[in-house]
Amino acid sequence: MSRNGPLALAYHALFVIFMLAPIVVVCWVAFTPEGFLSFPTTRWSLRWFAALARYPEFISAFWTSLGLGALSSALAVAISVPAALAIARYRFRGREAMTTLFMSPLMIPNVVLGIAFLRFFTEVGLGGTFVGLVLAHIVIVLPFALRLTLASAIGLDRALDHAALSLGATEAVVLKRITLPLILPGLVSGWALAFINSFDEVTMTVFIAGPGTETLPVRMFLYIQDNIDPLVTSVSACVIAVTVLALVALDRAYGLERLLVGRRDDGR
Amino acid sequence: MKLQPAYLLTLPALSFFALVVIVPLGMTLALSFHDWGPYKGIVPVFILKNWREVFGDSYYGEMFARTFRIAALVTLLAALFGAPEAYILNRMRSPWRGFFLLVILGPLLISVVARTLGWALLFGGNAGLVNKALISAGLISAPLPFMFTETGMVVALVHVLMPYMVLSVWAALQRLDPQIENAAVALGAGPITVLRRIVLPQAMPGILSGGIIVFALAASAFATPAIIGGRRLKVASTLAYDEFLNTLNWPLGAVIAVLLLAALVTIVVVANKLVERRYAQAFQ
Repeated sequence: MSRNGPLALAYHALFVIFMLAPIVVVCWVAFTPEGFLSFPTTRWSLRWFAALARYPEFISAFWTSLGLGALSSALAVAISVPAALAIARYRFRGREAMTTLFMSPLMIPNVVLGIAFLRFFTEVGLGGTFVGLVLAHIVIVLPFALRLTLASAIGLDRALDHAALSLGATEAVVLKRITLPLILPGLVSGWALAFINSFDEVTMTVFIAGPGTETLPVRMFLYIQDNIDPLVTSVSACVIAVTVLALVALDRAYGLERLLVGRRDDGR
Repeated sequence: MKLQPAYLLTLPALSFFALVVIVPLGMTLALSFHDWGPYKGIVPVFILKNWREVFGDSYYGEMFARTFRIAALVTLLAALFGAPEAYILNRMRSPWRGFFLLVILGPLLISVVARTLGWALLFGGNAGLVNKALISAGLISAPLPFMFTETGMVVALVHVLMPYMVLSVWAALQRLDPQIENAAVALGAGPITVLRRIVLPQAMPGILSGGIIVFALAASAFATPAIIGGRRLKVASTLAYDEFLNTLNWPLGAVIAVLLLAALVTIVVVANKLVERRYAQAFQ
């Protein structure tokens, strides 16, 4: 394969600068010692990170986001596992339609889902509650959980099940001792990808979060609508740091290429 | 008897989706036909008032036109700049390729609010960094307005959605056999000919499917237009947000949401069919 020429590398450098510039700027401004937005700043201070401690709404929003992401991702994985096993193992009527349905939250605009959930939760008395947020987040992260669960379920060697069954294991034992351990890496990665997506979701959540159940991105969004100051950049810098750490861990554990592109062996 | 376990296994997910996705969407459709008044609130009757208002008032037409104009422009720019980058990435050697893939795709997972905040800082009025850079590069003589303009929205959205385009083109290029390029060179083709006759046709399915994703996400984007456009420049999703959470005219907001969903689903399904028909062989 031929190598990239100098022109291609210059283009590549500009492209990378474009992709990173806004992220770098946010982190840079977060370290300003001034009381206003000053960029570029050459002096450094942690005062805006320290100031975060005086804004309990950001701290509690962070915990809400964390709990919401962990819980909704776990529940999404839990209902993905049986569905993934069914789709991977059986050819049945409605299989394609079901897969399309479970992947549909990727295609329905989050703003439309937000509106639909706002209406639905208000009617059934879950408006602005944490339970409502969890239900809504399960919907939007399920496609991610299912995709990775499905990828590992398809890779399973059914001969192992048959061997265990012929040696006298019951279906339940096969599931617990053979199937689940084998698809565990897919479940963990699916959970992590689902968690990141839940942790960052703002469009849908902004419709259904109430006072006390605002997530961190929603809190940041509402804050930015009123004013942009160094405080919100330091919050953003923390969010970016958490995501980058999760990203690097995921890349080490699973490979970001595989995670985002997915393997192409979906049984067709 | 292979049928029953399959249905039993999909039952939890299926019943969950029926209750928490299909019912709310149906309720939203019904809501769009309800009556509403500032004092009487939502009245559950069946009338076409809201639909007439949206189709009769040119304000809504303009707003939908703006939404889809921005989405089309974002898609075009993402394809124009993202496809070459995917090609360059694909030609990189092992450690670098993985590293830059992480750098370029990583932002996808970083909060869209944080990324848009970065653009708001970079645009920041006439003294913003982008304007300073463009002026010192001699590209413009006077500062361009970015905040509260369509230009600013387009730039920020191109950045936010670029990873999807690079990912899609890169996935298509993965299937490209480098030996074909070498064969073309050996047969006397110049670099331009190789790009035009060998690489581009094979990258095209990736560019088109990436374009569909970018278009759909740009047309329904919310946080970026809301932050860059402020309260002045509205697109479909920010207008629907206003109707629901500020004006409280839910039925009218529901009409906008239903229209946005219907338009997007139609465009995406038709575009997918066209791409699949055009590239029927490539997908087999």
